[in-house]
This record gives sequence, C-alpha cells and structure tokens, in this order.
Amino acid sequence: MKLKHPSNLETPLSGWGRYPVVKSYLQRPEKVSSFRKILEECGKSPVIARGLGRSLGDAALNAKGYTVLTQRLNRILAFDKKTGILRCEAGVTMKEILATFVPRGWFPAVTPGTKFVTVGGAVAFDVHGKNHHRDGSFSHHLRSLELILASGETVQCSRQENEDIFWATVGGMGLTGIITEAEFALHSIQTAYIKSHHIKAKNLDEAFALFDEYEPQYQYSVAWIDCLASGKSLGRSILMFGNHAAREDIPLQQQPEPLHLKPKPNLKVPFDLPAGLLNRYTMSIFNTLYYGKMRSKEVKSVIDYDSFFYPLDFIQNWNRLYGKQGFVQYQWVLPTEVSREALYRMLQLCSQTGWGSFLAVLKRLGSQEGWLSFPMAGYTLALDMPIRKGLWEFLRKLDKLVIEYGGRVYLAKDARLSAEAFRSMYPNFPQWLSVKERVDPHNRFSSALSQRLGVER
Amino acid sequence: MKGKAVLLIGATSSIGRALAHEMAQQGAALHLGARDGFEVERVAQDIGIRYQVPISWSTFEALDYETHPELLQKAVDNLGTLDGIVVSLGELGYQKTAQMDFNHAQRIIHSNYTGVLSILTHTANYLEQQGHGFIVGISSVAGDRGRQSNYTYGSAKGALSLFLQGLRNRLFKSGVHVMTVKPGFVDTKMTFGKPGMFLVASPKQVAAAIMKAMHSKKDIVYIPWFWFWIMLIIRIVPEWLFKRLKL
Repeated sequence: MKLKHPSNLETPLSGWGRYPVVKSYLQRPEKVSSFRKILEECGKSPVIARGLGRSLGDAALNAKGYTVLTQRLNRILAFDKKTGILRCEAGVTMKEILATFVPRGWFPAVTPGTKFVTVGGAVAFDVHGKNHHRDGSFSHHLRSLELILASGETVQCSRQENEDIFWATVGGMGLTGIITEAEFALHSIQTAYIKSHHIKAKNLDEAFALFDEYEPQYQYSVAWIDCLASGKSLGRSILMFGNHAAREDIPLQQQPEPLHLKPKPNLKVPFDLPAGLLNRYTMSIFNTLYYGKMRSKEVKSVIDYDSFFYPLDFIQNWNRLYGKQGFVQYQWVLPTEVSREALYRMLQLCSQTGWGSFLAVLKRLGSQEGWLSFPMAGYTLALDMPIRKGLWEFLRKLDKLVIEYGGRVYLAKDARLSAEAFRSMYPNFPQWLSVKERVDPHNRFSSALSQRLGVER
Repeated sequence: MKGKAVLLIGATSSIGRALAHEMAQQGAALHLGARDGFEVERVAQDIGIRYQVPISWSTFEALDYETHPELLQKAVDNLGTLDGIVVSLGELGYQKTAQMDFNHAQRIIHSNYTGVLSILTHTANYLEQQGHGFIVGISSVAGDRGRQSNYTYGSAKGALSLFLQGLRNRLFKSGVHVMTVKPGFVDTKMTFGKPGMFLVASPKQVAAAIMKAMHSKKDIVYIPWFWFWIMLIIRIVPEWLFKRLKL
C-alpha cells in the first residue's frame, strides 16, 4: 500500500521536467462549491490551479502564494449518448475519460501524448494531438467553460457567451480564473484499435514529402526524428500515421469485444539515473538502433490505442531518466512557408552542437484558436534535453531563430523563456492582457511562469 | 455487490464518495444521502454515468431525526429493495472550541453519534424484519482511547463503536451482518495539511479495503490493517502513564 504525507505546509513542487523546484502552499478542495472559501483563505496571495502536474516547466507552480490542487474535482456531470457531448469538472483526467467511454465507443476528439492530464490542464494549455492538422486543438471541440473569477463570481463562457473570456482562457495558462467545468465533444469509434502505418524517411526533405503525400489519408500523424543525424541524413525520421480501425480491420480474436483492451503492466523507473547518462553518444547509439530496428521502408499494423497515443505512459516516472537535475522540453512551431528552411538550420545547430534529444517529435499543426494558444499552421518540433551546462545559451540561440522565422515556443513545456522573447512570439498577448486586466485586475491568479514572463505589471 | 441495493449515508465525504465508486463499479444500485444537496446530486450523476448503475439521492441532515424514516422509505422506494446501509458520517470539529463551547461539543456528538444512531435504528429494524442484509458503520481509531487532542470526537466515535457492537450482537440471529470500520489517518479534508500525520491512506485504498472486509464478513476492521497493531499498543499503555503523554 503506497502511503504519503499530504501537507499544505510549504511544500516543494515541480513540473514534470523537475525543473524548477519551487516551494508553495497547497490547498486541495474536495468539491467545487468549497472553492470560494478556499480563495478567501488564501487572502490576497496569488493562486494557481494545478491538475496532474504534467506541464513540463513552471506553469503550475507558484512561489509567491498558493497552488490549488484540482485532483479531487473530478465529477462527470453529463453525457449525451447521441452526440458524445460530455460535461465534467476540471479535475477529470484523460485516463478516466478513456476508461469510461472507450468501451462505449467514444474517444476524445483531441488527446495529447499522455493520458495523465486533466481537462482543466487541457483547456488551460489548449493542448493538441496527432490530429491537429485536421481536427484542431482541444478548444476546437470545447462547447463551454465554467470559471471562477477573481471577484469570486462564477461565469459560463463559450463562443457565444463571454466570448472574450473564453478566448483568453483557452491557452490562458490558468491565469484568467479557476476553470471548474468544461463541456466538450467526444467522437465515436468502432474499436479501441488504430490502423497504423510507419514509414521511414531518410532525411528531412523526404519526411516533408511523405507528410504531404500521406496526411490526406490519415487522421493522425507524427514523426520521430533523429536530430543527431547529420549531412545527407539530416532529419532522418520515422513517420507514424494512423486511423481508428473499423471492426473488420482488427484481428479476429478481438472482434467479439472490439472496444475492450486487456490491462497491461506498467513499468517504473525506480531511481534517478545518473545525470550524464543521456549524452550525445548514448543518444546517438539509441537513435541509430531505433531507426535501424525498423527494417523495411514501411510497416502497416493494427495496434491498441494506448500503444499508439500514449507509449510513454507505460513507464511511470519516465522523467527520472534525465536524472535529478531534471530536463526541459523545447517545443517550437514555425509557419509552413519557412518550416523547411528553419528546421534545416535548427537541426543543423542541434547536430553540430550535440544538443540532441532522445525523443524528438515532428508534427504538422493547423491554425491557432485561443489568443495564447500555441498552435499555428506549420511544423512543430519537440526536443527533450537534460539540464546541464550550456543549455540555456543554446536554447537562447534557438529562441532567436524561432523569432526570426515568426514561430513560437510552447508555454506548457517552457521553464526558461524570457519576457521579451515571449512577447515577440505571441503577438496576441496585448489582446489577451486586456481581458486579464479586466477580469483579474489585482493578479489573483498568478504562477511562476506568469511571474517569469512578466505577465503582471 | 452485483445487483445489491445499498443506502449510503455521507456520500459526499471523501471515504463515502470513494465507497460509492467502489460499490457502483462492482454493480451495486445506490441511494445516496448527504447534507450538501448540491454536491450529492453531482456525485450521483458522476457515478451514474461512469458505472451505469441505478442511482438516486436525497438530502440527509444528521440532526433532523424526524426526517430519517422518510429518507429510508425513499431509498427503499427508489431501489425497489434494500440489502444494506453504509454510514460514513463524520465531523472532526475543533477540540479546543468544544472545550469552551458546549454547543460545538453537542454538534460533534450529534453528527458523529446521535445522527448515525437515528438512521441506523430505523434501518436495523427494517433489515431485521426482512431477515437479511448488512450494516457498515464508519467509526474511527479515535474512539479506541480518549486523548486530549480530540476526545470529544473520540467519545462520539467510541460510542458509535459500542452501539455497532451491540447491534451486531442483536442482529446476528436475524442474519443481518454488522461491520465496524475503524480507519486510521485517511487523506481527506480532515487530515490534509495537518501536522503530525503519518501513514496516510488514500480514500480509494480505504474504500477497497472496506469492500474486501465486507466480502469476508469481518466484524471489526482497522483500515489500513496495521492500525490494529498501532491501536493495540495505544490501548495497552497503562492509564497512569497514558495520562502523562501528550497525544
């Protein structure tokens, strides 16, 4: 039996990247209706909501005040069997949604690469999935939100009602108020399986060409990219496409119960690995083996949705692979027309300097939704990098290139962007700020991230 | 639990809610009662959607004794039958306030003991007449020995433990099983952030352990199990020594 010691005494907390670590006072409401009392208890101190703490950096941390844990606010309030529209509290997790609704033939319209996220977090970062180029981000399927504002007032917002609060809240990093409820659509599926199609690309040009060629046929697409390969192999990658499988697509023995998966064992990382273990040499070996493991140019298979969408969720605490110092994930997006040129320059910089990544994920995105939402029409690349000497300088170089090409960095992953760089990357910030100043004039809602990015004046 | 009809009182407490989830997941039909009418409806909606079991709810005020027979009747009407009752009510209160203000002490006694006694009296008679069923009462390790830090709450829980013991003795011959649950520290509003907490169990762990104990028809169960040994030690300390301790 795993037991822990809960405490709202000052507690050190971090995001999933384990950097930075910040001390904060904790509050944990057991029900939505106790939120107002909790906000009163916090006095004038700033407050930020925290779901499962899977944002990588400092978005759900608050050194100056309270961090409010939403994990107990997970009631599912309504579900329409005809339309797939779900209304629930913000602490409901993607894992719970999948466990409840996949067996009934429904799947989240948008899911990020982990199921350990709450609905509140998905809204606050306006998360995207492997289908963004087709289906948009989480907010695209969001019908309405309920929010507690700094005044203590509860408001409903949607595209029709309090629409400026709606657009400031999706992707708004929890800074407009506490998200308490959301209503959004699931889409129907026939099976719990994905028909997947893996294709090798020997370099970046081929990867782009394959994206163009195959994306129209597939709902989901993503590429693993070897960012340490250089020269002619620069940008060599494995593209992964997928569609939800129909009943006749899956193996015969699964056909009687196409929506049920057998539970799989989870792995655990039992301790922090030595910090230097993931270096350019070990990663380069891993990448070569990973690329070489797929023998043929193409592989088509039928796999369960867990393996397709959430491969890393099988390893609990995979963040410990990066050692005690933690890691950052640097994810940027670049507009389509400059993507190829910019990616070449950035990948060259990675392979020359050896700042590669075990996990480098390339993906095409569609257009933006919320005012501070990350996606824009173009390509996004995400790199995981262990924290060691020289990283901040290297990332500042990447920032410059991202800004030069008109792209931006994903705040859900960020732990180190400067206030100036943030403003250059998010041109709708002034519009967002005007709503923030109206609904939260005294900055009741504030996080280590918003303090770092100079959101509050 | 499959197909069993259960009245669950205190359904919005952390343990009550976790128990409702466990029972519904195993296929029980539920009628939930709790003081907070707004919240109990939400908890019921959640469980109804997740586990697709018959579920209904009522507002339950522990201190409104005269409403309890009505509530029992409503539960029976909604469920069509009644196989058992689980009572997970508790209000820790503030010991220091209870020492100064009898009204507060009285409230602690009523919501932890008299209120439970009332609903259980009606339900016990119903189940006794029916000739089968179960009663689960959530007491506390705090009821095992009086300590200066929480003896008002402890006295109410201790009284509840004795009441349940007597009820078990009385109902044995009519085939109604009575189980006393004594949780240790559980990760709830009551304990969150309090100094001096150790070996804190999650409500889900506690609910799962209660279900297991119900299946094996335990009489008195400490949850998690090691609290049996902790309380054994606490109970055997001689009074001349115990009264000198700061507990």
